[in-house]
Amino acid sequence: MARKITYQQAVNEALAQEMARDETVIVMGEDVAGGSGADGEMDAWGGPLGITKGLYSQFGDRVMDTPITESAFIGAAVGAATAGLRPVAELMFVDFMGVCFDQMFNQAAKFRYMFGGKAETPVVVRTMYGAGLRAAAQHSQCLYSIFTHIPGLKVVTPSTPYDAKGLLIQSIRDNDPVIFFEHKTLYTLEGDVPEEAYTIPFGEANVTREGSDVTIVTLGRMVHVAHEAADALSSDGISCEVVDLRTTSPMDTDTIIESVENTGRLVVLDESHPRCSIASDVSALVSQEAFDSLKAPIRMVTAPHVPVPFADNLEDLYIPDAAQLQQAVRTVMGKD
Amino acid sequence: MSESIRTICMPKWGLSMKEGTVAAWLMDEGDEISPGDEVMDVETEKISSAVEASESGILRRQVAAEGETLSVGALLGVLADGDAQDGDIDAFIAEFQANYVPPAEDEEDESAATETVDVGGRNIRYLLRGEGGVPVILVHGFGGDLNNWLFNHEALAAKRAVYALNLPGHGASAKDVGAGDVAELAAVLDGFMAALGIDQAHLVGHSLGGAISLQLALEQPAKAASLTVIGSAGLGSEIDGGFLAGFIAAERRKDLKPHVEKLFSDPGLVTRQLINDLLAFKRIDGVRAALETINAAFAPGGSQAVILRDRIGDIAVPVMAIWGSGDRIVPASHAEGLPDNVRVEVMAGQGHMVQMEAASEVNRLIDELIG
Repeated sequence: MARKITYQQAVNEALAQEMARDETVIVMGEDVAGGSGADGEMDAWGGPLGITKGLYSQFGDRVMDTPITESAFIGAAVGAATAGLRPVAELMFVDFMGVCFDQMFNQAAKFRYMFGGKAETPVVVRTMYGAGLRAAAQHSQCLYSIFTHIPGLKVVTPSTPYDAKGLLIQSIRDNDPVIFFEHKTLYTLEGDVPEEAYTIPFGEANVTREGSDVTIVTLGRMVHVAHEAADALSSDGISCEVVDLRTTSPMDTDTIIESVENTGRLVVLDESHPRCSIASDVSALVSQEAFDSLKAPIRMVTAPHVPVPFADNLEDLYIPDAAQLQQAVRTVMGKD
Repeated sequence: MSESIRTICMPKWGLSMKEGTVAAWLMDEGDEISPGDEVMDVETEKISSAVEASESGILRRQVAAEGETLSVGALLGVLADGDAQDGDIDAFIAEFQANYVPPAEDEEDESAATETVDVGGRNIRYLLRGEGGVPVILVHGFGGDLNNWLFNHEALAAKRAVYALNLPGHGASAKDVGAGDVAELAAVLDGFMAALGIDQAHLVGHSLGGAISLQLALEQPAKAASLTVIGSAGLGSEIDGGFLAGFIAAERRKDLKPHVEKLFSDPGLVTRQLINDLLAFKRIDGVRAALETINAAFAPGGSQAVILRDRIGDIAVPVMAIWGSGDRIVPASHAEGLPDNVRVEVMAGQGHMVQMEAASEVNRLIDELIG
C-alpha cells in the first residue's frame, strides 16, 4: 500500500527492509550509527543528514561507524563484498571518491572480469551529490559521469522517493558494484511509496511526461526542473516529453531513441559539467543512432565548466534552471 | 433556486483521481438528455472515459470548455427543463461556482479509504462504498485489483453497500495465495464475507473473479443473492495463456504494454500511467510468485483447469453472464449455450474489460438483475 514519505525515509526504509530480509547486508560509513565506540548516546546521528538513523537500534553491529578515511572503509566494503557480505557503504559526499578510485575502478569494477566471471562484488556505495546547499566546490559536484565511464560499475540516480526505494533495493540485491547517487536537495521531497519491498530494474528509463514536440533527457534532481519548464512551455503550446534515465550505467538507449524518433528534437538537461558528461554521451548516442529523425540540432543544458561556486548568487547561477531549459527548447523549436 | 436546474459535475473515477480534462463534448447545448447518456469524454492521468448524465433534461449550458482541466466535483454542464429561464440558469451557475470548493489534495488516498480484514491469517484489503440493503461484492480478475471497478463501484453503491476486495496476491492484500486455485480463492471470498458478517451478497466477478464467485455460489448457495459473471473464467477451457504468461514475465513497460492492450477494445485506454501502476504492483516482493502460483493452478498449460459450466444451471438465484464480443482473453463463445437460467448479455465490439469500457451499460444490467 502506497503512502507519502520523503526521499530520505524511502532510502532508510529500503536499507531497513533489506537488512531485515538478508543478514549479510551491512551498513558502514562515517557516523552512520553515530556515537558507537564512544561514550554518549548510541544511534545519535545516522549519518550527517540522519539518513541511516534508527538502523543501529534495529540491527546493532551490522551498522558500523568507520574512521574518517574513505580510502580505508570503501576498500573494506569492497573486500567484504568479495567475501560474502552485501555492504552498503556511505560515502558522505561523492566529491571524496578521489581517494578511493583504485578501490572502485581497479578492484571492485574489475573482479568479475579478471576472474573469468567467478568473482562477484555486491557492494553498494551510497553517496550524496549535487549543488544547492551552499557546500562549496569540494562538496557539491555531480560526478556520475566519471563512474559511468568505467565498465563494471552500475550507476543509479533516483529522482523520486518511489525510485529511491525500488532502485536501492535493486542495488543491494545486485551482484555487481553499484554507485547510488542521492541528490542532497531531494531528501525532503515527498512521494507515494509502497510499504512493501519492491525492485526497479536497472536500465529502464522512466518517461515521466509524454509529449510530441521535444524530448528532454535528464536525471536526478533535474527531472523536477524539466517538469517545471515543461509545464510552462505547455501553456505556449510546446509539448515536451521528459525521459528520466534513472540509471546511467546501464543506460536505456532504446527509450531515448524511440522518444527522439517521435519528437524529432532533443534537449539534454544535466546538472553536471558539460565535457565528457551524460549530456554529451546522450547527444552522441542520438546523433549516431537517430540523426535522420532530428529536425533541429541537439541542445545541452548543463552547469558551466567551472567549479561549483560558494557565493550564493554564483551557485544559483551555476545550477541549470527551468528558464535556461525553456530557452533551449524554444531554440530547437525555432521559436527563440 | 429552481429545482428544475440540475448539474453535471466532474466524476471521481478511482481513489487517486483529483482532476480530469474535458476531451470533447458529445452533446450540444439544446440536446435532450436522458440518464445514462454519454455527455462528454474526460481524460485523467490514468484513464479516459465518457461522463454520463445521471438525470434527464435539456443541456442548457456547456460550462466546461474542451481542453479545460477541472477538479473532481467541478461544474461541467447544466441540465434544465425547457421552461427554465436563462437568467435563473446564470444565477444557478454563479451560485454553484461561488460555493464550489475543490477537494483537498490529500483528502482521500488509497491507504486512508480502504480497510483491511484478517481472513484466515491473510490481510485482505477492501473498499466499501454505499450502505444498506443486500450488499454487492466485486471480485476482480487475474492481475487486477479493486480499481478495476472504478467506473462501477460508486454507481452501484448509490442503492446499497458495495464491497470491492483485492484477492490474495493482488493490490495491497497478502501475497500468500496458498494453492492459488479457484477453490482456495473462493474459500477466501467465503472467509471475507464471514469476517465482515455478510450473510448473503450479490456476487459480481470479472474473469478469474467470475470463476471464484461462481464456485462460491455453487458450494454455498445461501451466500449468493445473485451472481453476475463478466468475461468470466470457469465456463470453458480456452483462455489466452500467452496473456497470462506474458503478463507475469514482463518486467518492462514495452514488454507489458502489448499484453495489457489485449484487455481492451480501445488500446488507446492503456495509458503510460496504467502500465506504470501495473509495473509498480508487479515489482513488489512476492507478487511474481503469487501470480505464477495462481496461473499454474488456474490455467496450467494455457487452458483452464476448472470448468463449472455443467453446474451453473443448478444455481437457484438470478444469474447473468456479461461478455464483450471481442474478448481476446476469454472467448465470448463461452457465453453461448448456457442453461436457460442464465441471462446472457454479449456486447458488440467490447473487449475483456467490458465493465470499464461499457460501464454504464454493465451497471444498468447489474442494477436490473439485483433489483
